Amino acid sequence: MKQFLSFVKKEFHHILRDRRTMFILLGMPIVQIIIFGFALTNEVKNAKIAVLDPSKDAATVSLTGELNASKYFDVEENVVSYDQIESAFKKGRIKLAVVYPQHFGEDLEHLNQSAVQLIADASDPNVASTLVSYASAIISDYQKRVTDERKLPYTIKTEMRMLYNPQLKGAYNFVPGVMAMVLLLVCTMMTAITIVKEKELGTMEVMLVSPIQPLKIVIAKAIPYLILSIVNISSILLLSVFVLEVPINGSIPLLVAESILFTLVSLALGLLISSGAESQQTAMFISLVGMFLPTIMFSGFMFPIENMPLPLRIISNIVPAKWYYSIVKSVMIKGVGLGAVWKETLILAGMVVFFISLAVKKFKIRLE
Amino acid sequence: MTMNNLHAPSGQNISGAVITADKLSKRFGGFTAVDEISFEVEKGEIFGFLGANGAGKTTAIRMLCGLSLPTSGKAKVAGFDVYKENEKIKRSIGYMSQKFSLYEDLTVKENIKFYAGIYGMTDKYIKEKTESLLKKLRMENEANALVKSLPLGWKQKLAFSVAIFHEPRIVFLDEPTGGVDPVTRREFWIMIYEAAANGITVFVTTHYMDEAEYCHRVSIMVDGKIEALDSPGNLRRRFNAETMDDVFLKLARKAKRSD
Repeated sequence: MKQFLSFVKKEFHHILRDRRTMFILLGMPIVQIIIFGFALTNEVKNAKIAVLDPSKDAATVSLTGELNASKYFDVEENVVSYDQIESAFKKGRIKLAVVYPQHFGEDLEHLNQSAVQLIADASDPNVASTLVSYASAIISDYQKRVTDERKLPYTIKTEMRMLYNPQLKGAYNFVPGVMAMVLLLVCTMMTAITIVKEKELGTMEVMLVSPIQPLKIVIAKAIPYLILSIVNISSILLLSVFVLEVPINGSIPLLVAESILFTLVSLALGLLISSGAESQQTAMFISLVGMFLPTIMFSGFMFPIENMPLPLRIISNIVPAKWYYSIVKSVMIKGVGLGAVWKETLILAGMVVFFISLAVKKFKIRLE
Repeated sequence: MTMNNLHAPSGQNISGAVITADKLSKRFGGFTAVDEISFEVEKGEIFGFLGANGAGKTTAIRMLCGLSLPTSGKAKVAGFDVYKENEKIKRSIGYMSQKFSLYEDLTVKENIKFYAGIYGMTDKYIKEKTESLLKKLRMENEANALVKSLPLGWKQKLAFSVAIFHEPRIVFLDEPTGGVDPVTRREFWIMIYEAAANGITVFVTTHYMDEAEYCHRVSIMVDGKIEALDSPGNLRRRFNAETMDDVFLKLARKAKRSD
């Protein structure tokens, strides 16, 4: 035990003395959360719009007012011709133009129908379609209100409820994704690098000649990163709750326990990589290409797995992050208990056993 | 450089073999890395283990250190069998490679404490022994300095001291003087003689033939076999050579494989 503790202590010395790496390890999750939370969002806020309103009656003024009042749009300019709209688009001043016909209010009053034209800058298709759907929603809201006042028979209203994430916040999607990425980076890459580093230094040889058992070396190496990961999980969760306002609806102990399970998978993968790699660069490269890319592509965090062709969907099943991502989303956002995620948990647990036994076996072969 | 002013361990320290190898072999598939080598090393002896690259030195050392199981043959290290008792062997030996194996980002004291710790020494004993060691190395002022700030020669001496800190019966030195200047190498050999005088058996590989002269006995491996084993003086006479360099060249020229 004393052997073991002096080993763990040494590992902490390595990490604490390497200020730059430690700063990256602890700062990275914070930076990622902030980048994903504020910069890389696909929500659109305060998009500038132009309004062409030849009718200028009570109806158009109040509809334009509603668009302007929503947090999605700001009326940048009122134009008088299509030419002006085009030049505003070309100069990039606006993202969307709203065009009313003449006599908008009168038509609505007497003919019971009228039209609004929405012109969007589709050079960025995602933004364009998001803006058009926001604007349509506001317009149809307005329409419903007007119709209600008139009490027309036989109107069908669609009522939408966005379950679990009523404001359609992107953060609900990427917080679990960032957690998976950070844990994988810290555990897999750092464990692999730190073990390979000892091989490069020649200290691993000395260790193997000493009476300490190889399994103890490996566990002692993993412990500091396990602790670092718990710190990272806490900082990500605190930031999500207090800065991004993503709630934790499920049980926090369950969430932490599942995260530790995923951490163990990552540690085992790091160990496996270290037994194959002979230099720190190789270890880093394998971790990045072999772990990161699949995590980003196949966890469902960036690209929906449901839309992938069958072979890719099958491949996605062997990516541990996919299961962890789905667990975190269910527990954190939907607030379900272990009963609903037991299958994913079991798969992760199976992966821990599989990868650790494979890694230990490879570690032993290396001793031969 | 002669060794006249270095005192060799006295005869009465030599009592019985601490390493015995009997037709020890290691095969990897169809390749025989070590081919039926047999030798004995006495207690307190400085045993030079020479051979060109690829001659099988490293494989032989790995078997003796309990890192690799032999394919056939017998061997005992410190009285323990290399097949069944490699955990006991590990407790009785020290090891130092040419990489010096110290942690650069730990201090001198922390390195000593760590390596002593993995051999299960008590804190109190470690503390006492560290103080006397640092005094002997005249490194009291550097006790809390990071190892990376030390000159190469100091690192090397420290690494050797760390390798024998837990008082092993045998210390294996794998090319311990690579890349070190002649003055420091000489100082290093004084430390080796001291260790041998204290009854520690030294098993050393080297590429420097002047160092081979410092050994009590030398074995020369060629293509996995031990081609010659005797004191440097006897070897020079037998091969009718001026220096160990000539002896080595005469034998190594027969080698068919290289790496």
